[in-house]
Amino acid sequence: MQAYTQKIREAARRLLSEKKVDVVIGFRKGTIPFMNEPFLARNAEQAAQLYWDGNCGINLANYVTKRTDRVAVVAKGCDTRNLVTHILENQIPRENLYILGVPCKGMLDKRRIAAELNGREANDVEESDGKVLVKGRGVELTLDRGEYLQDNCSICIHRNPVLYDELVGELVEEQTNVDRYADVRRVEAMDPGERWQYFEDLISTCVRCYACRNACPACYCPTCFVDESRPQWVGKTIDPTDTRTFHFLRAYHLAGRCTDCGSCERACPMGIKVRQFTKKLEKDVKELFGYEAGLSLDQRPALDAFQPDDPQAFIK
Amino acid sequence: MSEIYIAREKLPGIVEQWMGRYRLFGPVFQGQYHEFEQVKQPGAVDLDFVNTKLSPKGLFHPQAEKMFEFTLDKQNPEAGILKEIPRDYSERVILGIRPCDARAFVLDDVNFNTNDIKDPWWVRRRECSTLVGLACNDPCSTCFCTSVGGGPFDTAGLDVLLVDVGDGFVAQAVTPKGEDLLAGIQGDPMPGEAPQKIEDLKKAAEASLGKAFQVESFTQKNMLDLFSDPLWEEVQFSCINCGTCTFVCPTCWCFDIQDEVSEDKGARMRLWDACMFPLFTYHGSGHNPRGQKLQRVRQRFMHKLKYYPDKYGNGVACVGCGRCVKACPVNIDIRQVARLMSDGCVCPA
Ligand code: SF4
Ligand code: SF4
Ligand code: SF4
Ligand code: SF4
Repeated sequence: MQAYTQKIREAARRLLSEKKVDVVIGFRKGTIPFMNEPFLARNAEQAAQLYWDGNCGINLANYVTKRTDRVAVVAKGCDTRNLVTHILENQIPRENLYILGVPCKGMLDKRRIAAELNGREANDVEESDGKVLVKGRGVELTLDRGEYLQDNCSICIHRNPVLYDELVGELVEEQTNVDRYADVRRVEAMDPGERWQYFEDLISTCVRCYACRNACPACYCPTCFVDESRPQWVGKTIDPTDTRTFHFLRAYHLAGRCTDCGSCERACPMGIKVRQFTKKLEKDVKELFGYEAGLSLDQRPALDAFQPDDPQAFIK
Repeated sequence: MSEIYIAREKLPGIVEQWMGRYRLFGPVFQGQYHEFEQVKQPGAVDLDFVNTKLSPKGLFHPQAEKMFEFTLDKQNPEAGILKEIPRDYSERVILGIRPCDARAFVLDDVNFNTNDIKDPWWVRRRECSTLVGLACNDPCSTCFCTSVGGGPFDTAGLDVLLVDVGDGFVAQAVTPKGEDLLAGIQGDPMPGEAPQKIEDLKKAAEASLGKAFQVESFTQKNMLDLFSDPLWEEVQFSCINCGTCTFVCPTCWCFDIQDEVSEDKGARMRLWDACMFPLFTYHGSGHNPRGQKLQRVRQRFMHKLKYYPDKYGNGVACVGCGRCVKACPVNIDIRQVARLMSDGCVCPA
């Protein structure tokens, strides 16, 4: 991780001082454990604040949307897939982007680590050699890093950047032995009543802050349907009808676009597993159209181009 | 004011006794975190908690509250007349509230309960509630109550303060209401070392908190200078305008009022709203005076740390609970913002 940080700083300094880009978007070290802050470096001096470790789970593609300057962005595998999606969806031209690709080893799941701490507080976290060392008041824990990754990271098969101008480290080995859809199949196997209940329970604590939506690079509509007031499509209450409407529509708007980066889930203050909605759609799009979002600039997204061999069984 | 001692094993009995007499609310573990809720089983109250994810403001100012009902049925002589929804104002005890959160209600009172304007629901809910606080022996690293005028043993807003002294709790009445509550329960003999223990715990807790920043160093600055400082450019970059910070905050009181109508029945709702949302300031004309993210981010922090103290002379509108620090998905830390407001925009190395 230290090595990545050094490489990121060096590259940023060079790009900024040679005026190859106007700004560099990366992370700086957070003020509390398990958190880093998305950061905009405007000059070579500020590049020294850039930082990288296993707490960079927020997707930085979210910060380049509609920018008109020349931007370098530090991007792990999933972030680069969202950058590809952004380019395909005309959110930023490729020539304005300089991608500092980060071969990713997975991001830490702060909630699961917190659960291990049993209410005690972490003051300091160090990562090294596949281990996470957590220190706090009256507690010192050494955890196997691989066991404490975000859910999406533990099943990720695109850890390496799919598009980049420069890498900040050696490419990593991709995971091959993962079952990406075990949880989706579990839900599919439920009868409709059970399934309904499963999703009702899932979102029962939602406070409708919309952090999940706002943390998502693919949610960039100038006015989101939940913010429309003339007419108003969704009520602002926490009545299950309103909450459901939000979640269903959010998920459908991401069909064939979600890269399973997990930014939404990481951002949710209530710890709601919102990827349970988008993953089903991801699986469907893959099965029906053989499409995985954001892997290539040469392939139009499944839902924005008609192909003669698209499945049409739903037309009755 | 009286003071009684409650042996640890006696507490559940007292909770049960209160449940028989009052509606009892307290911190209940929800699987991932604690929240305040009405307690149905005495064992559900868990005083071994750090603090709740959401603040207890929802007990006085619910996230979504039906205020009135009405009918639009033209045949009905009462068509279009707003009818207040009855609320339960029977006496209730809120147990285990932290000193910062109790103090937040005092800060919020300036909005809901003034000489000229009284929000009837807020006022009556405040009146029917007895707040039994729990002193923080072991504040967490995101707490900064002592930097904003509070403290881990502060009694502002509380009726009773409980201090966990190890084998039991010392309950100190703070107000006549608290006095009445304590009069109704049977205490145990106070251990001789308890007063000293409380002093020591209090000192240790305060010492562990330190000072995150000096309030005067920004409250005394010129408002327009702060408003136009380049620091907001820096602060706003990472913000995703989600509103999480405002939802978890005990002193964010803003709301929207909307009518929900289905066929000819309607309800007028009061709903939490937030300055972080673009819709909050969106005018009917289509103009939005805070159309930019920077303007919204600045509003939240300026309201808490500058406009409020200027307007009410009551200190800043942040009690240092640290909820927003923990919950912000992108690590915007109000302590850091306060330091930037003190020093101007010097980026930390
Ligand atoms: S929905 Fe969630 S996982 Fe999918 S792209 Fe958006 S933030 Fe990433
Ligand atoms: S971030 Fe979580 S609480 Fe907020 S709207 Fe999304 S699911 Fe609901
Ligand atoms: S929680 Fe953080 S990202 Fe969300 S609105 Fe507040 S400051 Fe911005
Ligand atoms: S601004 Fe943050 S720290 Fe201050 S009272 Fe609100 S939630 Fe707590």
